[in-house]
Amino acid sequence: MPQIPQEWITFLFGRLTLQDFVHEPIMAGAGIGMVLGLVAVLIGLTVFKKWKWLWTNWITALDPKKIGIMYVVVSAIMLLRGFADALLLRAQQATNNNLPVELLNADHFQQIFSAHGSIMIFFVAMGLIAAMFNLLIPQQIGSRDVAFPFLNSVSFWLFVAGMILINAPLVVGEFSNAGWLAYPPLSGLEFNPGTGVDYWIWSLQIAGIGSLLSGINFFVTILKMRAPGMTLMKMPIFTWSALGSTMLIMAAFPILTVTLGLLSLDRMIDTNFFTSTLGGNPMLYINLIWAWGHPEVYILVLPAFGIFSEVVATFSGKRLFGYKSMVYAIMAITVLSFTVWLHHFFTMGAGADVNTFFGIMTMIIAIPTGVKVFNWIFTMYRGRVRFTTPMLWFIGFIVTFTIGGLTGVMMSVPAADFQFHNSLFLVAHFHNMIIGGVLFGAFAGFAYWFPKFTGFVLNERIGKWAFWSWLVGFILAFGPLYILGFMGAVRRLDHYDPSLGWQGLFIVAGVGVAVIALGVFFQVLQIVVSIIQRKKNRVGPDPWNARTLEWATHTPTPEYNFAVIPKVTERDAFWEMKKNPSKKKPAYEDIWVPKSSGVGAIIGLFALGFGVAAVWHIWWLLVLSLVAVIVLVIVKLTDDDVERKLSAEEIEEEEKKLIAKELKEQVA
Amino acid sequence: MNREKEELAVFSRKTLGFWVYLMTDCVLFATLFATFAVLRTATAGGPAGSDIFDLNFVLIETMILLTSSFTVGLALLAAERGLRYQSLTWLVITFALGATFLGMELWEFNHLIGEGHGWQQSAFLSSYFVLVGTHGLHIAVGLIWMAVVIFRLIQRNFKETDVRRLSLLSLFWHFLDIIWIFIFSFVYLIGGMA
Ligand code: HEM
Ligand SMILES: [Cu+2]
Repeated sequence: MPQIPQEWITFLFGRLTLQDFVHEPIMAGAGIGMVLGLVAVLIGLTVFKKWKWLWTNWITALDPKKIGIMYVVVSAIMLLRGFADALLLRAQQATNNNLPVELLNADHFQQIFSAHGSIMIFFVAMGLIAAMFNLLIPQQIGSRDVAFPFLNSVSFWLFVAGMILINAPLVVGEFSNAGWLAYPPLSGLEFNPGTGVDYWIWSLQIAGIGSLLSGINFFVTILKMRAPGMTLMKMPIFTWSALGSTMLIMAAFPILTVTLGLLSLDRMIDTNFFTSTLGGNPMLYINLIWAWGHPEVYILVLPAFGIFSEVVATFSGKRLFGYKSMVYAIMAITVLSFTVWLHHFFTMGAGADVNTFFGIMTMIIAIPTGVKVFNWIFTMYRGRVRFTTPMLWFIGFIVTFTIGGLTGVMMSVPAADFQFHNSLFLVAHFHNMIIGGVLFGAFAGFAYWFPKFTGFVLNERIGKWAFWSWLVGFILAFGPLYILGFMGAVRRLDHYDPSLGWQGLFIVAGVGVAVIALGVFFQVLQIVVSIIQRKKNRVGPDPWNARTLEWATHTPTPEYNFAVIPKVTERDAFWEMKKNPSKKKPAYEDIWVPKSSGVGAIIGLFALGFGVAAVWHIWWLLVLSLVAVIVLVIVKLTDDDVERKLSAEEIEEEEKKLIAKELKEQVA
Repeated sequence: MNREKEELAVFSRKTLGFWVYLMTDCVLFATLFATFAVLRTATAGGPAGSDIFDLNFVLIETMILLTSSFTVGLALLAAERGLRYQSLTWLVITFALGATFLGMELWEFNHLIGEGHGWQQSAFLSSYFVLVGTHGLHIAVGLIWMAVVIFRLIQRNFKETDVRRLSLLSLFWHFLDIIWIFIFSFVYLIGGMA
């Protein structure tokens, strides 16, 4: 066989070599597990002849309800991945890397906390938020769809492309070791010549552009597609929180796009933005990334606030207390969140005056957040509170979030922050906010809206077990970190001197994570058991006696959501409809729904190709992917034939069926 | 809702969506401007703006772009009246002007690189090339978009949806014009003064 010239190989594969597939045992195990799992799924799809079903029902779907469910699935899998990373980190710290065999070496430890942070933020928290937007917003505002259904599918598939890229290092190449925000110069070419940081950049870049498009999409949806009569001040509070969140996405994500872009230029074509030579300025990166990063935490937590507001109102059987102050608080947070970014680096040379300003702004932003906590508590006051699992998650949230808020205010004092900065105190603080806030919020929302989309409720008993394991585990896992932080333990430690006497607390924290693992197990069990018992757990379309419009549609909800768009007169529109049911016979009319389209998924595929090409310097693939995306976008944008008509008769037919089904179930 | 009203509603969503997209693009450019402002003096022993910019050349570029913004407006006016060939003519002129602008920009870049003042030389030059280059990239996207419109217009007459798309294109083009005014003022005029 003739020898293939080296240039050809380099041309074809860039800097990819066979050596890049070789990994250390733990990573190799995870990688092989992932590949085997994927193969099993593919075989399963083939054996059960589900490919067509997958393509027509899911991959080409433009219905936000379906896209939302896909977001939930991807984020849940990523939560397991991120959690596995956390288990490894904690195991290492609890044993102080003092086992007969080395668990993780220093470099691998760094890769794991970087992967954990990035995956949890971008592919768990962001994914869950996008899921909630898709599932809830159109129905909550009495709309049949989002403003741009096709764009929505593109957003989702870009998210998936980013997700694949960030997991690819398990199989080929390495993960970034530069932390979840990849500060230069560590993330620059000089100290990180490998593929890790490039994977990180392109994964976030692609998923981030998807998020930006989602932000625009839902912003326009909320402003333009509300049911008649639903003025801004009559919108459900979750929609308000989503509006704030999308505004932040639109104002913050372009900054991320630029920042990642400049970092990748530094790495690819030798520009000098953030290098430590030739005038480059690493502090510029740190300012830019936090100018996105701080708003990002509110992008995540505002919708969680919205979820809790709906949950509290429903399960207290009362209107939300202080609706208007809630709205003002959301808007205040939206604006203020752009004025505090510097609190992430008080110690990095800004000087006393600047630090003072940002310290005070940080304290101020705590005020609207505090307003919300009181509003929720007053909503429960004198209500008939039903302590279902969503409500339990809410109580857990109030406790953990308040602790997190208090420790946050402690760190907002610049002088004090010189002690807290980069310590485990900080790690405990932000996990309080993000697990107690965003994750518990998503869990509450999941339990609350699950019957809306499936027609049956989740098993309450196992749900309670899951909740208590999470709460107790959380306190055990992160409580000791506050103390360790005070004792001087910094973050990102893979080992420490035993004479410091930290190990006991690290072991407690390790036990805490094990308890959380139990909670995760119960959550999986809860879903499995509930699906098995779905006949028994079947409920009508309004199982919680809820207040907002999304509960006014049938379950399962037809593609068009509302056969007749409701007229809104009051804030809790569905509550009002239940009190004064309309006697009029519904007048059906023709409805146009978007035709399914696989182009979104194909664009995602080429975006993935682009990312791979950029990471491995495979230039032909880069050009090919780019051209393909451009062509697909042109084809799609010039197409006028994108909708399908459902005639009034078909609608009537469908509605009759759905109503008959609901009646039958009520009798049974 | 009947079909026409529905279509108008869709268009109003698209218009708002496009405006909002332009705002996000504004943030993108604002970030690049901020980067430029920070790195402007970081010449690392290399040239400063005043050493390398040819203001007359840039002024001509600016005039060309401004003119193209005017002609795209004429194209849209003609399209709204249903005057296919007139609109086509203005579009072709706009395209030619835009392409000339882009060509001049590339020539300038090439010239600088030839002199040894590429983006590698200093942080100032990095930020200069990327800010101006990002604008150029937008112009290129606008040109592709315009080419599609022209191509479709040669094939057949306007449909209502085509006119609406053209109005968004013209919005995009004006937007790039405004961004360029900022680049012209901050990068070249202020940056070009000693
Ligand atoms: C499920 C339970 C979780 C556990 C047990 C856990 C544990 C950890 C641990 C041990 C670290 C490293 C701390 C150190 O630097 O020493 C860490 C870092 C981090 N975690 Fe988590 N975590 C969890 C959930 C989450 C979630 C839900 C998010 C975000 C949505 C998150 C975001 C982060 C981030 C951003 C970092 C910083 C990574 C870095 O230093 O670059 N974590 N976590
Ligand atoms: Cu912050």
